[in-house]
Amino acid sequence: MFSLADIAFPLRLSLQVALLATVGCAVLGVPLAYVLATRDFRGKAIADVAVMLPLVMPPVVTGYYLLLLIGRRGLLGWATEALTGTAYGITFTWQAAVIASFAISLPLAVSTARSAIAAVDREHAAASLTLGRGELETALLVVGPLAARGIVAGLALAFARALGEFGATVMVAGNIPGRTNTMALEIYNAALYGDWRSATALVAVFTLVSATLLLAANRLTRAVAR
Amino acid sequence: MSALSLHLTARLPGFTLETGWAVPGGFTVLFGYSGAGKSLTLSAIAGTLRPDSGRIVLSGRTLFDSVAGVWTPPQQRRIGYVPQNAQLFPHMTVRRNLEFALKNVSRTERADRVAELLDRFRIIDLAEKRPHALSGGQRQRAVLARALAADPAALLLDEPLSALDLPVRVEMRELLREVQRDLGVPMVMVTHDLYEACALADTLVVYSGTGAVQVGRPHELLGDPATPEIRRLLHAVELPESALARPARLHIVADRKESVA
Repeated sequence: MFSLADIAFPLRLSLQVALLATVGCAVLGVPLAYVLATRDFRGKAIADVAVMLPLVMPPVVTGYYLLLLIGRRGLLGWATEALTGTAYGITFTWQAAVIASFAISLPLAVSTARSAIAAVDREHAAASLTLGRGELETALLVVGPLAARGIVAGLALAFARALGEFGATVMVAGNIPGRTNTMALEIYNAALYGDWRSATALVAVFTLVSATLLLAANRLTRAVAR
Repeated sequence: MSALSLHLTARLPGFTLETGWAVPGGFTVLFGYSGAGKSLTLSAIAGTLRPDSGRIVLSGRTLFDSVAGVWTPPQQRRIGYVPQNAQLFPHMTVRRNLEFALKNVSRTERADRVAELLDRFRIIDLAEKRPHALSGGQRQRAVLARALAADPAALLLDEPLSALDLPVRVEMRELLREVQRDLGVPMVMVTHDLYEACALADTLVVYSGTGAVQVGRPHELLGDPATPEIRRLLHAVELPESALARPARLHIVADRKESVA
């Protein structure tokens, strides 16, 4: 019979990677969404496209760009060589998988949070300012809480997307058993080697988790629309 | 000296606001055609709209001066602003809404101040309620209380009574008058209701469609409108004589006039 031990490592790794990628989306993506939703600035259109690109490009392409950024022969390698004399890269580590998942799921977090923030009546922000609260307090105490459901929905979608990331991950983190084989990669491995039992178990877990997250995100965004 | 003086130009998509006037303190009412820029003028005073050029001075404090490069952001103006359809923050209780305006105030002082406001605006029973549980009039009283919480240098009101039922409206007029008298804070209110304008205003600022304004006491303006446009505006309805004699018969007159309207 199938045992959990067969999928324990990929499952744990995937959760860890997806969670950290989601934290990244919360820390960087939500403020970015706030700026995009509430400000006009030079180069906004370009910033917007840059954030959203991974949503429409094949993940392999995003992965290739990431290689250029964090690979030993990429920007990071060049920078570390200039500083320390040795070129370092973080490719083929689980951290690289986090970065890949982050880049791929960021557009989902940003676009969902952005529309939730833009949907908050501007009068509330204006009222907050005239009541003597600065921009940051207005964002944290008024607009943020009023957009909270949409922001959380975006993060749930980002988590679901990060959990299943394949294309970019395989480019930057490889597919190293016991090190970087996340669930999505493990399904590929299992199917490739004819291990249908593990593949089916992983697929079942996946479907369940994704459906649950999607359901949660839908509920949250529907409540926002109301 | 004027409590509030301004002249400004604001170019917006499809509309350019160009206006200028000065008023003493007390109760100022902006009256005139829709789309003449009365609301935008209030936004500029509050600082939620930045004009392209001009100057705004409130009680000796320059809030905006395009020549000198002065721009005080809204959060530093200490102006109570109640825009049209103003709302409370829906995720906070009435009490929290009022407390929100009291930053950098000690806990006991804040509690005292909030209690005083809740009492003055007769919303003490509603303190722990969320805005959605309040009636229109209750909400408007809470919004006013919030705008006054931080002891503002001026109070701006954009058609604060237009969404209310008649009895509530009459009551709110009294309240506004009373607040102005007791607190002495300069108030500027936009209204489309000529009766309301004349009943409340110490100073009436009439916006004509062309951007020109006429400033004066209500009876002066009614007796001597500066342009044919302003004459049309002020004499569109026959006002009862008593509308200009404040405030004793306010109730009665209000009922009669508006039941006809």
